[in-house]
Formats: sequence, structure tokens, C-alpha cells
Amino acid sequence: MISLAGRDIMHGWGKFVFTGMGLGLLIGVTLSMAGIYRGMVDDAKVLMDNSSADLWVVQQDTLGPYAEPSSIFEDTWRGIAAMPGVARTANVTYLTMQVREGDRDVRAMVTGITPGEAGTPGWPPYLVAGRQITRSHYEAVADIASGFKLGDQLQIRRNLYEVVGLTRRMVSSGGDPMIFIPLKDAQEAQFLKDNDAIRQQRRRTAESPAFNRPGMPDLLDAVTASQSTNAYVNAVLVQLAPGTQPEEVAEMIRRWKRLTVYTRDQMGEILTGKLIATSSRQIFMFLVILSIVSTAIVAFIIYTLTLGKIREIAVLKLIGTRNRTIASMILQQSIALGTIGFVVGKITATLFMAPIFPKYVLLEPLDSAAGFGIVVFICILSSLIAIRAALRVDPAEAIGG
Amino acid sequence: MIKKGIRIEGLRKRYGKGDTAVDALKNVNMEVAPGEVVGLIGPSGSGKTTLLKCLGAVIEPTAGRMILGDETIYDDKWLVRDLRALRRDKIGFIFQAPYLIPFLDVTDNVALLPMLAGQRNGESRQRAMELLTALDVQHRAQAMPSQLSGGEQQRVAIARGLVNRPPVILADEPTAPLDTERALAVIRILNDMAKRYETAIIVVTHDEKIIPTFKRIYHIRDGVTYEEAGEGREFG
Ligand SMILES: Nc1ncnc2c1ncn2[C@@H]1O[C@H](COP(=O)(O)OP(=O)(O)OP(=O)(O)O)[C@@H](O)[C@H]1O
Ligand SMILES: [Mg+2]
Repeated sequence: MISLAGRDIMHGWGKFVFTGMGLGLLIGVTLSMAGIYRGMVDDAKVLMDNSSADLWVVQQDTLGPYAEPSSIFEDTWRGIAAMPGVARTANVTYLTMQVREGDRDVRAMVTGITPGEAGTPGWPPYLVAGRQITRSHYEAVADIASGFKLGDQLQIRRNLYEVVGLTRRMVSSGGDPMIFIPLKDAQEAQFLKDNDAIRQQRRRTAESPAFNRPGMPDLLDAVTASQSTNAYVNAVLVQLAPGTQPEEVAEMIRRWKRLTVYTRDQMGEILTGKLIATSSRQIFMFLVILSIVSTAIVAFIIYTLTLGKIREIAVLKLIGTRNRTIASMILQQSIALGTIGFVVGKITATLFMAPIFPKYVLLEPLDSAAGFGIVVFICILSSLIAIRAALRVDPAEAIGG
Repeated sequence: MIKKGIRIEGLRKRYGKGDTAVDALKNVNMEVAPGEVVGLIGPSGSGKTTLLKCLGAVIEPTAGRMILGDETIYDDKWLVRDLRALRRDKIGFIFQAPYLIPFLDVTDNVALLPMLAGQRNGESRQRAMELLTALDVQHRAQAMPSQLSGGEQQRVAIARGLVNRPPVILADEPTAPLDTERALAVIRILNDMAKRYETAIIVVTHDEKIIPTFKRIYHIRDGVTYEEAGEGREFG
């Protein structure tokens, strides 16, 4: 037996391939949407991985430092470092802002890291070019996605920083590239007021009778000094000694320091569950809509193709073709159309959409396999109307009047 | 009493029910011997197509009897369970328009029938080629239907009607679109094939050009058949 579906497709392949390509673009968009979702989850995961922390210590009752603002005293880490099971601690600040270079600016997550060496919590674990920060001021390590190059001068607030190293795939949970600078500079960038505000505050403090008490000449100086220090960080990153139960140490810190602590699991929950919850719901909606549109398109195309063959189908039935053969002809065509669409879609998503899309698009092979399964399912579903129409054709029609 | 061929006795067909019922066939009696080609002629609305549809097992008659070859297929009800297989194995159809399958080449258009009956592709194509050769279109065997002339298409359609060696061929206005010469050629082919394969052939026609060629003619009027001797004139 010959393949009726195959012959029909070969006979009108132009029509078939063009429809398949149209469908393919739609499938490409769908695969890219799924890839964007995976990319967001992956962004969140690399953010956690790259921080090389086991615990995040943040301001009480906040979801900091990524999902909500958090600020804690910069000396909090001392008490934590002394606790049993704690291997290393490091202060860290995160601030998402526009970073200027020449006449362009890039949205980036500026990360303040403590002095130390690679492996210190918060530090980029590896570089693709240049070196780590060695001076305590005005050096920066930028992610390659920011577009900055070694030697670029970045302006963050009032100061200029030289790019000395480059990283890859170090991004915020929102996909913004990270730029690492020394902690002190970062604290200034985040907490420092501008000069006018500082002068204003000094004047107000100086005029306040509360700080100008007779017999206490040093009080004003002390208050002014305390007001102009930036004694806050966003979080303390904690690395645990091998074999330590994260939840035990976390509980200890919560109890003794009265701070909120998240383990990796909990941070993962916050990053993938809460932070990107709305976006993933939107993407899911798009996926559903695109699937419905694809179904409608395949159904319409297959139905039209079948209606164009009513006479042939009547003849086939008259000369003794079984319903099963005719149904499978339509079904095979539908699946063939879906397969062309999927291949075109996969190529479009991989070669064209993912590289140019401004967000990270992660195309997982398993997602593609599932996507193909769904495409086949959609094709089966949408060929049903056409099959029903074909099975209703009366072989007597072939004999005519 | 003939053993093969077609026998129809007292066949009736009523379309619809009650007030709107139409008695398309009232009393049809026919007998066609194997190797014989008979004409079936009658005015419009007389029931010719209805008769072909009954014989072709695509609509159910109301009463009567139909015998194809040595098998009674209908006796006030269908006696055959698989009408589809009956059509495939016992009946060849030739239509006014060739109705070839546009996406199959000439060989496969013909070979499709034996393939549907479960024959191997090679054997089916071989049988198709035999018939195409007999009908003198073997040189177009690889062409697509759309690349053939009307006459060539009609010959391919005839080959398709014959390829399963059915005991019965039903032809509905097979010469309508052809000129006299081609029309007579088709009739000649049908006569040849009828003899060669012992096939009983009924040709429904209005076509004045070919009516004189039949040795026997059935007239049908208001659903009743009348037999008549034809001129049986030589053709070609
Ligand atoms: N499906 C149907 N339902 C009801 N009446 C029908 C149906 N098909 C045919 N008829 C009627 O049955 C009668 C015979 O019709 P039929 O088609 O057999 O005529 P015909 O001899 O083939 O005519 P023509 O030469 O015009 O093709 C006509 O009166 C027609 O109106
Ligand atoms: Mg008719």
C-alpha cells in the first residue's frame, strides 16, 4: 500500500511547506516563551549559585535581599562568624540602578563585595577575562552581558570605576547584568546622601538645642559623625562548614540575632516562587493562548485541505477505501504539518529568537520534546473536524447525478 | 440461465417517506451476460443514476433482487455484509468525468485498487501496467493526471475500473465529454475488455453517437425498464 498522505503532501508541497512555516513561526514564539520562563528560573538559580552562600541573613521580617529591601548593621557578621558551623561570612549590598559609561547607560545590579579573595561569599566565582578586584576603591568587575569591556570607566553615582574583570551569566533574578564593586563604595552609592542634603542635615543638627548642651562640647561632633557613616549592608552571606545542617544554624541566628535567615531552599522558593510568580503566570497565559491559536490554525488548514478533496474522498470510498485509511490519511497530513511547523519553530527559536531576545532564553531539550508532544496532540485534536467531514462524505456523490 | 453477469429482478427504489416520497425505480428487470455491453438510456429523471447507485451498492434499494456473478447481493435486503469490499472486488466504476486522484501518478491511480484489496505494490503496479498497455496509455504511466488529455484520462479511468477484474462494470455517461471518434474508441475498448475479462458492462448514456453500437438496449422510463434490440453497428 502506498502512503496517500505522503503522495498528497508531495503533490502540493509548496502549499504545505509555506503553511508549515507560518505555523512554525508561531511554534517558535511558543518555544521561546517557554525558554524565557526557563531563563527566568535559571537567572534566579545562577544568582543563588554565584553568591556561593548557604544562608542569607537579612532584616527581620523581610524577603530580602533580592525580593524586598533589607538593611542590617554592617557589623552583624561578627556575631554570626563566631557561631558553630559557620565557615565564612561576608557583607553584601545589592542595588539595581542605571550604570553610565560614556554616553550610554545600562541597567545593572551593582553588588558590593567585601575585600578578600575569590570564593568569598558574594564574589564572582570565576572570570572570563581580566582579574578580580584588588584595590578597595574604584574598581569593578562587570558581567559581559552589560556590554562593558576591560578598561571602561563606569560611572556609579558620583564616582568612576575602572572595569578590571569580566564575568559571564552573573545576572540578577530579573536578568540584569551584575557589576561588582568594593563594599565601601557600594554602601556609599546606596546609602550616601548628596552634599546638599548632608550640609542641610549638619545645619539642622547644629541648630538643634538638644545637641548643643552646655558642658557637652563633643556631643555635636559625635552626632554629626554618626550621621554621615554608612553603617548598613543589605545582607550577610554565610557559608557553612561541611556537614552542618543549614536549618540548625539558621535557627540559631534567628534566635540570637533576631534577624530573618533563609536557607538555599527557602531562597529558591522566594526567587522562583514569589519574585517571578507574576511573570510566569503571564507566560503561562501566553502559552495557553498560543496553543489555542495554533490548534485553531491547524484545524482550519487541515479542514480546508480536506474540503478541497471531497470529490477524491468520495471516489476513494466508492472504490472501496476503508474509513480508517481515509482518516489516517488526514491524520498523517495533520501530523506532518505539525512536524514541519515544529522543526521550523525549533530552528527559529534556537537560531533567531533566543540570541536576539533581550532576556536569557533557555531552550531545554526536555521542553522541546514536550513541545513536540503537545504539537502532535494539537494536530490530532485539530484533524478531528476534518476527519468527521471526510467520513460523512457519501460515496454515492462520486457517481453524481 | 446465465451463471455470471448481472441479473436484476423487480427492483424498486423509493426516496423519502410519506407525501414527499419519490418512486425513482418502480420495476427494473435487467440481465447482462458476461462479455456483454448493454446500453441504458432514458430521459432525465427516469432513474438511471438511481439504478447505478443501487447496483453499485452505495444506496439501498427498497425491494427486489440483484445478482452479481454467482452471488445474490440483494434480496429485499442486503445479503452482503461488507459493501465496501463488494464494491472493491466485484464492481468497476467509470464516470462521466474521470475523477482520477490528482496526487497519484497514472500507474498508482490504477494500482491503488489492487493495493486496497491487499495486493503487494509490485504486483498491483504490474497489473496496472498490463491494463494501461491494453488501453494504449502505457507511455503516460509516470505522468500525473493533470498532465493528460481528456481522452487519456478517460482511458486511465477505464483501466482503473477494470484492474480488479470485476465481473461487473458500471459506466455513467463515459463518453459525454468526448468527440465521436474518441467516444467510439471508448466503446470499442469496453467491448474488448468485456470479452477479454468476461465482464458484464452497463453503459448509461444519452450519447446519440454511441447508441447505435449496442446490440441490446434497456430503456428506462419513470422507473420501469423495457428491453429492446439495438442496431449493434460495427464501430471504428
Ligand atoms: N436523493 C434523492 N432524494 C429524493 N429524490 C431523488 C433523489 N435522487 C434522485 N431522486 C429522484 O429520483 C428520480 C430519478 O432520479 P435519477 O437521478 O436516477 O435520474 P436520471 O435518470 O439519472 O436523470 P438524469 O438523466 O437527469 O441524470 C428523479 O425524479 C429524482 O428527482
Ligand atoms: Mg443521472
